[in-house]
Amino acid sequence: MQNTKIQDTLVGLFVASGIVAFFFMAMQISNLSPFSHEKVYTLKAHFENSGGLKVKSPVSIAGVRIGRVRKISVDKDSYDSVVEMDINSEYILPDDTTASIFTAGLLGEQYISLEPGGSNEMIKPNGVIDITQSAIVMEEMIGQFLFKDPSQE
Amino acid sequence: MICFFEKIGKKTLASFSKLGRATFFLIQVIKACLSVFLRPKLLLAQLYSIGVLSFMIITISGLFVGMVLGLQGFYILSDFGAEETLGLMVAASLVRELGPVISALLFAGRAGSALTAEIGLMKTTEQLSGMEMMAVDPIKRVIAPRFLAGFISMPILTTLFSSIGVIGGQIVGVIILGVDEGSYWSQMQANIDFQGDIINGVIKSIVFGVVISWIALFEGYDTIPTSEGVSRATTRTVVNSAFAILGLDFILTALMFGDI
Amino acid sequence: MEVSNKKDQNLVSIENLTFYRGNRKIFDDISLNFQRGKVTAIMGPSGTGKTTLLKLIGGQLVPDRGTVLVDNKNVHQLTRAELFILRKRMGMLFQSGALLTDINVFDNVAFPIREHTKISESMIRTIVLMKLESVGLRGASKLMPNELSGGMARRIALARAISLDPMMIMYDEPFSGQDPISLGTLVKLIKELNSALKITSIIVSHDVQDTARIADYIYVLSGGKIVGEGTPDQLKNDSSKFVKQFFKGEADGPVQFHYPAKDYHQDIFES
Repeated sequence: MQNTKIQDTLVGLFVASGIVAFFFMAMQISNLSPFSHEKVYTLKAHFENSGGLKVKSPVSIAGVRIGRVRKISVDKDSYDSVVEMDINSEYILPDDTTASIFTAGLLGEQYISLEPGGSNEMIKPNGVIDITQSAIVMEEMIGQFLFKDPSQE
Repeated sequence: MICFFEKIGKKTLASFSKLGRATFFLIQVIKACLSVFLRPKLLLAQLYSIGVLSFMIITISGLFVGMVLGLQGFYILSDFGAEETLGLMVAASLVRELGPVISALLFAGRAGSALTAEIGLMKTTEQLSGMEMMAVDPIKRVIAPRFLAGFISMPILTTLFSSIGVIGGQIVGVIILGVDEGSYWSQMQANIDFQGDIINGVIKSIVFGVVISWIALFEGYDTIPTSEGVSRATTRTVVNSAFAILGLDFILTALMFGDI
Repeated sequence: MEVSNKKDQNLVSIENLTFYRGNRKIFDDISLNFQRGKVTAIMGPSGTGKTTLLKLIGGQLVPDRGTVLVDNKNVHQLTRAELFILRKRMGMLFQSGALLTDINVFDNVAFPIREHTKISESMIRTIVLMKLESVGLRGASKLMPNELSGGMARRIALARAISLDPMMIMYDEPFSGQDPISLGTLVKLIKELNSALKITSIIVSHDVQDTARIADYIYVLSGGKIVGEGTPDQLKNDSSKFVKQFFKGEADGPVQFHYPAKDYHQDIFES
């Protein structure tokens, strides 16, 4: 009897340690904590070109991440790229906010940077950010540089 | 020449019939699993011998794998001046691949081989046959509790392996090599996704747990009842489990992380 | 209690049984009857499928043709659940004992009781000790199976086989590999169980002398056929060459000393 008691206790400890490890992974290793219990709202932005932006790419203000890209699709009428992003509901943005796609470092990941303007009107959830700046595509830049008409100078 | 093709044909037929028996066996075992919940004591005993007794090898291996990752990662990353992403590198490789795969390989070696040998010997000494004559279904009484225990233990062991590995990486990277502790954890947290990385890693480990237990129990149950038969079955368990783990890992990774 | 017609007299009856293992014919259209409360023995040289016959009776193997009736039920037409109900009333003593090696003697004997009934632990203790006492090994209840000698293991297995008070027990080679003392004990036990508990016994053995001491009726099998049957006394005076050879233990006779092979000289000088 004593033997099975020890055995049962060890099995209990084993399962408990598994659960603790799982929570450790969820909270410490991954980013579950910041966005799991906090509410988010969705904003849309149209870009001429969303470049290498991906679902789950970060959305930040002044270098601080406040959300993630939720969905990227193509507008059927204008053939623009429509990016939906989840923004932490703590942050409310004015309606003249600019959304730009930047690259972290020279070869790094692309992310959306938001720059709030000075308007007093705020964007409502599911609203649209009107002022956007597309991703810089390397080939286009090089092309512009190479084939610039010298007579215009 | 004809003899050669005949051999191939025979082998093919034999392996198909084995696969058929194994599938039938798995269906029987899964059906029998329900009855195990009525007798939790049987499951507890198996969780002890399959899970608890694998705890040591898994945690110690996890610690050392994490430490080696910290060391190697540091030397490679410091060439690019990117030491602060060490935490990300250690955690990503552990959570996505090394955790599930290495702990599954260790589990196959530690618990899988023991299961095959145990069941095989029970068959050889007519214990399974004896149970059947006592109107006790060995699949319900012997196989199903072990199968469930493998199914439950594997994800627990994998999360333990990965968590301790990350801590091992921190010990080497932060404490010994001097990477900033804040960036070790924050880079990790910013880039490891709960659903995409951690849950997928756990799903992998559950698949591995089922496959290893299945292979080990079937090999034991299907063994030729001689001492040589048992030793061969044990070897086959370890070899086939390793193949299955690595092959399935590729398929699962392609499905989860790739765009295939 | 009426024991009138012939069917009721036989606990087990096998009719026109044919069984193949692979392409080899193990049994060729044999019929045997086992009477209630009697000790019936099946004898024959090794390799005639005596153990297979027990497995056919227990429903672990399925015959190619013919029927096996146990207590007037066709074993191979029962569902798995019905078969298990029937098996609770059949005990079987395996040649190796087949004790569960991870639990001790007491738990081994208690195993069928715990699996099939909801009797309280104190009651189980009483039953188990009674059964162990009847095989004379109550003192060994705390030992593990690997600490037992072969003869003791077989007696423990016997205690386990009778733990649910079955209507019949099948003994698979109970006498092989036993020293004279434990052999004597086993013979005495089987006889006692049979007379005291009225348990029908089926013994499979190739041990002529000891089996003849306790059997009421003997079937002699060879080459898949019944080559002789009768009470031990009848068989001792049987005129059939095979039965004579078998009972006297002669090396050569209808059953040849040599395994079938091609001509000796031809085989040696070939190559």
